[in-house]
Amino acid sequence: MVAGPTGYRRSDGRVGVRNHVAILPVDDISNTAAEMVAAMIPGTLALPHAYGRLQFGEDLELLFRTLIGNGANPNVASVVVIGIEPTWTERVAEGIARTGKPVEAFSIERHGDLKTSTAAARVAQGFLQDAGELVREPVDLSDLWISIKCGESDTTTGLASCPTVARVVDQVVNAGGTVFFGETTELTGGEHLIADRCNSDDTRKKFLTIYEDYVRMIEEGEADLLGSQPTEGNIRGGLTTIEEKALGNIAKTGTVPVVDVLEPAVAPTVPGLNFMDTSSAAAECVTLMAAGGAVIHLFPTGQGNVIGNPVVPVIKVSGNPVTVSTMSEHIDLDVSGLLSGDIDLAAAGERLHEAVVRTANGRLTAAESLGHREFVMTKLYRSA
Amino acid sequence: MRHAFLIHDDADDVGVAVADLEASQDVTGVYMNSGKTVGLKSRDAVPLGHKIALRDLAAGADVVKYGVRIGRTIIAVSEGDYVHTHNLKSARW
Repeated sequence: MVAGPTGYRRSDGRVGVRNHVAILPVDDISNTAAEMVAAMIPGTLALPHAYGRLQFGEDLELLFRTLIGNGANPNVASVVVIGIEPTWTERVAEGIARTGKPVEAFSIERHGDLKTSTAAARVAQGFLQDAGELVREPVDLSDLWISIKCGESDTTTGLASCPTVARVVDQVVNAGGTVFFGETTELTGGEHLIADRCNSDDTRKKFLTIYEDYVRMIEEGEADLLGSQPTEGNIRGGLTTIEEKALGNIAKTGTVPVVDVLEPAVAPTVPGLNFMDTSSAAAECVTLMAAGGAVIHLFPTGQGNVIGNPVVPVIKVSGNPVTVSTMSEHIDLDVSGLLSGDIDLAAAGERLHEAVVRTANGRLTAAESLGHREFVMTKLYRSA
Repeated sequence: MRHAFLIHDDADDVGVAVADLEASQDVTGVYMNSGKTVGLKSRDAVPLGHKIALRDLAAGADVVKYGVRIGRTIIAVSEGDYVHTHNLKSARW
């Protein structure tokens, strides 16, 4: 049994397991200045992404929530925000500043990339020096908000890696902690099982409204999800139908009730298992859950999804004996012994719990050590 | 190898191969919910992670895994057959 977990307790009381100084561009054209700052001050973390211009309505609100939420994430010690125009840039910085952490905003217009990045680098340097003085302290497992989402699933995820994650989900929630799951599309065929686990009629109604809106969008559109759900990789791994994929997916949510239903990139207000309306695309989903405040992500994979995230360590669990041997550099925990019968679920769950604690204590995940930093906005519709 | 395939639930019509299975072999499966075992003869080769039928199923029959319907057969399936996209389809889309 390893000692811990430990984490960084932030001014808003939340606990992080990383201590990033983030350089956050508001829009795509500010990525270059943000990366200039990160190049000048090694040790800071630029978060380039593809959008942020001419978005409007609900899509724009989601962009702001995603940017502010990731800046506010407890894994981030302090943030330099850089945008082309001052108004949106200030809005993002003010949203992050509500956590009490150090934030400063820079806009590029009337200054240019070089002056902006130089001024921002001076602030980033101070932030980095200050962040270095923060120390991990002992925290409870329930202090670590955990997100879950699987990818490149196959039948082994339903047999091994998802039930392993379920053990930790139950453990964290029963200790009073908070867990997020999502993947609205990938509940199809098992949505009734989630509805049955909602803790109130109100939660159930919110969940079913989101799920049925999604189904209506599929049915009214010309698009055919055959070929996308299940994916080619899923089918190669033995999954035949969306229902089969969904039941494997749901196997990772454990046995605890669903306590609330969240719009994408919204922070939970109730401890327990929270459903967030997300895409099932790995990078989009993990980015939205990071914006909601998750500090560690548990990622069961069958065929071998290689995703990482810059803000949140992604712990990959696989029970596929081929994947754990051919893609070992991507897998943090091998639970293929569940297929052969060499280990039982209780032992697999204990190993994952230990991996969570070690990750909280500072051990880099496979994805972090390889430099995977997929920071991806969810786009609801095209920009103006 | 103690078992060739695993079964999630008593109600299931299919098991999942935990290694590549050859055709015409006597193979044993284990029920994950009870530890109970079942033996049958494979009719097809079934790759690791793919499904084998535990009983005969008529065309258009519900196929159950995890104790829940995962789709319907497109054609009749016999015990020991390989079950995948050639004989099973989603009931949702």
